[in-house]
Amino acid sequence: MTYTAWILLTAALVGLSCGLIGVFLILRKTAMMADAISHTVLLGIVLAFLVTKEVSGPAMLLGGILAGLITALLVQWLQSLKVQHDASMGIVFTTLFAIGVILIATSAGNAHLDVQHALMGEITFIPFHTITLPLAGDIPMATALLMIVLFVVLFFIAAFYKEWKITTFDPALAASIGIPVAAMHYLFMGLVSVTTVASFDAVGAIMVVAMLIAPAASAYLWTDKLSVMLILSGMFGVSAAFTGYVIAAWLDTSISGSMAFATGIFFTVSFIFSPKHGVIAKAVKPAV
Amino acid sequence: MESAILIAENVSASYRKNTVLHNVNFKVNQGTLTGIIGPNGAGKSTLIKTLLDLHPRLSGSVTFFQQPFKKAKKRIGYVPQRGSVDWDFPTNALDVVTMGLYGEIGWFKFPSRKHKEKAYEALKKVGMADYADRQISQLSGGQQQRIFLARALVQNADLYFMDEPLAGVDAQTERAIMFILQELKRNGKTVMVVHHDLQTVADYFDHVLLLNRTVIGHGKTEEIFTKENIGKTYGGNMRWLIGEEEKNVVPSYH
Amino acid sequence: MWSLLITSNTQWVFFSTMMLGIAAGVIGCLSYWKRQNLMSDALSHAALPGVVIAFLLIGEKNLLVLVIGAAVSAIIGAFSIQWITTWSRISEDAAMGMILAVFYGLGIMLLTIANRSFGGNQSGLDSFIYGQAASMVKSDVMTMLVLAFVVLLVVFLAYKEWKIFLFDPQFAKGIGLSIRGMSILYTSVLVIAIVIGIQAVGVILMAALLIIPAVSARYWTQSFRMMLMLSALFGGVSGLFGTLISATGKSLPTGPFIVVVAAAIFIISLILGKEQGVLLHYFQLRMQRKKANAIGTKERSIT
Repeated sequence: MTYTAWILLTAALVGLSCGLIGVFLILRKTAMMADAISHTVLLGIVLAFLVTKEVSGPAMLLGGILAGLITALLVQWLQSLKVQHDASMGIVFTTLFAIGVILIATSAGNAHLDVQHALMGEITFIPFHTITLPLAGDIPMATALLMIVLFVVLFFIAAFYKEWKITTFDPALAASIGIPVAAMHYLFMGLVSVTTVASFDAVGAIMVVAMLIAPAASAYLWTDKLSVMLILSGMFGVSAAFTGYVIAAWLDTSISGSMAFATGIFFTVSFIFSPKHGVIAKAVKPAV
Repeated sequence: MESAILIAENVSASYRKNTVLHNVNFKVNQGTLTGIIGPNGAGKSTLIKTLLDLHPRLSGSVTFFQQPFKKAKKRIGYVPQRGSVDWDFPTNALDVVTMGLYGEIGWFKFPSRKHKEKAYEALKKVGMADYADRQISQLSGGQQQRIFLARALVQNADLYFMDEPLAGVDAQTERAIMFILQELKRNGKTVMVVHHDLQTVADYFDHVLLLNRTVIGHGKTEEIFTKENIGKTYGGNMRWLIGEEEKNVVPSYH
Repeated sequence: MWSLLITSNTQWVFFSTMMLGIAAGVIGCLSYWKRQNLMSDALSHAALPGVVIAFLLIGEKNLLVLVIGAAVSAIIGAFSIQWITTWSRISEDAAMGMILAVFYGLGIMLLTIANRSFGGNQSGLDSFIYGQAASMVKSDVMTMLVLAFVVLLVVFLAYKEWKIFLFDPQFAKGIGLSIRGMSILYTSVLVIAIVIGIQAVGVILMAALLIIPAVSARYWTQSFRMMLMLSALFGGVSGLFGTLISATGKSLPTGPFIVVVAAAIFIISLILGKEQGVLLHYFQLRMQRKKANAIGTKERSIT
């Protein structure tokens, strides 16, 4: 495969995984948790790096997941102490992120890892770090990781489809019929973390938030069916990734930044033109 | 022979500093239809949530069918307040009713045709069969409440808790819901309903549980739902509408 | 390295980050009661494209101009969030997350272009991402101080209006206070507090300075006036000590240290605070449980 093809494949994988996970972020009204986790995952990655002294996929993945779960736990804990929900998030993620940046600046400074890279992502370098897999041959490490993560995400969404649905729609009923609502919450936060870590290399900490939220929010304006929303969101994610790549090539600028920007274009179009929930549709037929 | 299927002893619960419920004791017999009555902030919803382990219990014990909640879960149905969910959720009426069966379906399995049929039957019962494919965001408040009731019906529980099922519904829905609750009772089911409208209590419920942080009175409606007890439950916040019947009372803030 | 601390420019930098902390602490209290804690996070990220566009337009790093660019861009972000939530079924947190990330993405796109056309990191714009107080020159400090002062003055002069606007907007309306006007004023002071901080603290962590001191202050008092003062104090201390610590090392970013100091104050407040602090609450809960059990036993022994 050519250099560009690898980049496009990687971008598409990010768009797809994030698009799928994003649907539940939007419906569970925890979109800002994605923002929080995407920041704290940095700390997890840095710690994994400091412990293993190398940039290795599995260790970073593990560190990221742990950081994500710890974030979710801390936010829940602060909330149980009556701190406002959004304030809890704000406190936890800024603090953990700050610690992450300090660790990078002081101890991991000149090594492989720099803040710039972690925050911006460098999809252009991805094709250079390859690993050799039995059947597929040489494939970029980040791409392989994203494939596994996409598979994991698909598996969990499919396997617990009805449980996601009920715990999202009506957690009180779910709890009363014996579905472990809290466990599902943390499982979901784990999935968000995994997706974020895997997407880090490609799009960085903050742009992954765009990938997680915007395609799903766009899809939410087009359909009233959960399954359709999942498919649409995945499609929007992939399309935004491609569009972003084209824009970046055209303006010769940051690919990850352009991808985040492209998700915004998709949302703007949906926001204005969606036949059901778009601004035009509402202006024409105000009484719904 | 009457048998107590729900026993609450010395139950108390709090939100941080404030005790919402303290020393709540009551027993509920099978085949009764009980209205839980009390002013705003009396802890009615909290009581249900505490009984169902949805809210932490500070003290006391609760048994259902002589068992702890965890073991009796399958025999208990719960209808949360309509406002507690987001009706913009992308799904249709039939699907929401099917959710009542999720516990029974079990992990890793999808609802089968049989389950959908069961859900459809329940929709029919609440007069919503024509709306099965309707997106839930497009339903009126009364219709949404009926969907919730249908979802409880498919659970086929022996004991139901309903949190204000009649709040903000149209008269037709109110009649339909009450008809179904009476039918449940006739079939030997037990139903406990949080209710706001004092004027209809005597018509709707054979038992009442007067609650204001603790149990003020509990028993047969005609014995317990007296002017004196209601006054005790609502404290001073009461304006008596001197009508022909004593039950015509409304809280002053309505 | 301590000699660094004595130079007059550094003193000014300390003073300005302290003032920044005070201003942010005060505005943070307003956000806290408006229950919009994360709005500051969204708006600070949304400020980035404005900074870069302003820089591209004038071609040099003049803080006042960059701050104006940042403010314009943050306000567009604020309006976008409002449009999205009023005109569609997207909830506020999703709208905030989206605006935050999309604007930031645009900022990075432009930043890459700016860095390319002005050669490497010559522009020094990178300090707007993580915050680098040491890179501030005297004119920057002056700009910051003046704006921080304006923000404080606005809150101080309209103190009672803020109070009813935040606690009882219905009542405020009733006595003829323009809710719309107050909302615009609120967004303005919030945006100013954010944009003056982004050079020292950075767009990513600026929100912390608005959120953490206010929540910490909540643990010590029930009075709004006291909360404002404590929050200002905590913010000021965080700004000052954070900058001090970061100045001891070579090219350490300022923002993260300020945040860590603020977080330390928060943890202390959370545990020891006299209003609902963890320790106090633990004892209260134990008492309550004991009392509840005692009543139960008594009643049972009677019947």
